[in-house]
Amino acid sequence: MSGLRDWLKPHRIVMIALFVALVVWCAFTLRWDWIPKYTPLALQGIWRTLWILAVTSVLGFVLAIPLGLAQAIGPWYLAYPARVFCTVIRGTPLLLQLWLLYYGLGSLFPQYPWIRESDLWPYLRQAWPYAVLGLTLSYAGYEGEVMRGAFAGVGKGQLEAANAFGMPRFTVFRRIWLPQAIQSALPTLGGETILQLKATPLVATIAIVDIYAVAARVRQDTFIVYEPLILLAAVYLAIAGILAFAFKKLEERVPVKTG
Amino acid sequence: MATDATAPTPAHDPAERVEAIRVEDLHKSFGPLEVLKGISLTAHKGEVVAIIGGSGSGKSTCLRCINFLETPTSGRIVIGGEEIAMRADGSPASRKQIERIRTRLGMVFQAFNLWTHRTLLENIIEVPVHVLGVPRAEATEKAMVLLDRVGLAEKADTYPSFLSGGQQQRAAIARALAIDPSVMLFDEPTSALDPELVGEVLTVIRDLAAEGRTMILVTHEMKFAREVSSHVIYLYEGKIEEQGPPEQIFGAPASERLQQFLKSVH
Repeated sequence: MSGLRDWLKPHRIVMIALFVALVVWCAFTLRWDWIPKYTPLALQGIWRTLWILAVTSVLGFVLAIPLGLAQAIGPWYLAYPARVFCTVIRGTPLLLQLWLLYYGLGSLFPQYPWIRESDLWPYLRQAWPYAVLGLTLSYAGYEGEVMRGAFAGVGKGQLEAANAFGMPRFTVFRRIWLPQAIQSALPTLGGETILQLKATPLVATIAIVDIYAVAARVRQDTFIVYEPLILLAAVYLAIAGILAFAFKKLEERVPVKTG
Repeated sequence: MATDATAPTPAHDPAERVEAIRVEDLHKSFGPLEVLKGISLTAHKGEVVAIIGGSGSGKSTCLRCINFLETPTSGRIVIGGEEIAMRADGSPASRKQIERIRTRLGMVFQAFNLWTHRTLLENIIEVPVHVLGVPRAEATEKAMVLLDRVGLAEKADTYPSFLSGGQQQRAAIARALAIDPSVMLFDEPTSALDPELVGEVLTVIRDLAAEGRTMILVTHEMKFAREVSSHVIYLYEGKIEEQGPPEQIFGAPASERLQQFLKSVH
């Protein structure tokens, strides 16, 4: 209990009181009667946002490892294309990339009968493969740059020790180099993953009903503008909070002495 | 005066001498700069060979060429009777062979180089488990014995950054011992330590020498080198200026440069 008492400093009490007042004010003065009707759609939207975020971050990170490695130590014929890829991805709007993929590939593919007749066609006709591809490439482009720095930043002595004990090259990479690079990149990766979350509403522009699209739908149907947006902000904030917490836990797995 | 590297030292009976490491005519250049100009040395089983010399004399480079952390420019390196196959430019012909031989050489670095993302225990079982294929339980048991031996048993689950330099170096020695090395290589093991921490590390190395471990020791600690070594090599500008038993090197140095060097470090 003394822990709680210590935590309840005056400034925290004031902030909690303000927050509670704001919630109460919102609850009683704004209109929330539309919620029950849209709950199933909203839950589905949240689910879509979450899996698009998870799948594209994981796949994007898997791509970022070779992109970072190629730039850090690769021969020029690997380093150069990797650098060009990261520069192009980071230098163009994600919205543009999504539209180029969705409308560009989407209109190119049907021209080839062998694609139309392939088993993949039922998927390629939908929007989500393009959304997943676009967001994955985007995450890979940014994180490839982050991993380049992280790989280069691992101490020479750390790798030398591994080499000196006869570790095969891939073992050095898997056991020493990669884990240390990821560990040092975690704070950045956490921030970038939250940015990725906030990039997901763009998929609504290619007809995927994520949580953002649900809020837009509520506005169009009911002409209620602010309430869905406030709720939407709260949803993103909650997901971002969970992400920040999860990354903090990951960082703490290897304690580092400070000061 | 340069004596023969293979001259028997009083402590050892020539009849039982088994060669552990032989280096022949080792050359190493960094670009136009020739750092090693033909070094030959032999360490027999149970011997402690100390390499001393001023900074820039090539003593660390010489040690690092033995396990190919530096690629020699030319020369021969024979470890436990097995010659490391080299290409014409000195680079190792087979990475596999180098990896196999390295697992028999326990290297201790000036800057410790413990893996910062793993606890002490994990550092020590890393190579046995993931390179040598020792079962984890067995490796852990042995690691705890080694940690106990260097006085760090209660720090097994601590990360290196929470330890003093002396503790880190003792753990690094335990990590090197965990692979059952045929030769221990020490690269200035106390040079990065605060003066008050040097003693605890030297005590551990002294114990290893006393139990008859073969060691090659690059060091600035002259008193210590005199005490533990069976053979001392003095390097000057990439060449062996003088070598012999410690009593001779420290007691009656023949070379003028060695005399000056010993005066400057005392």
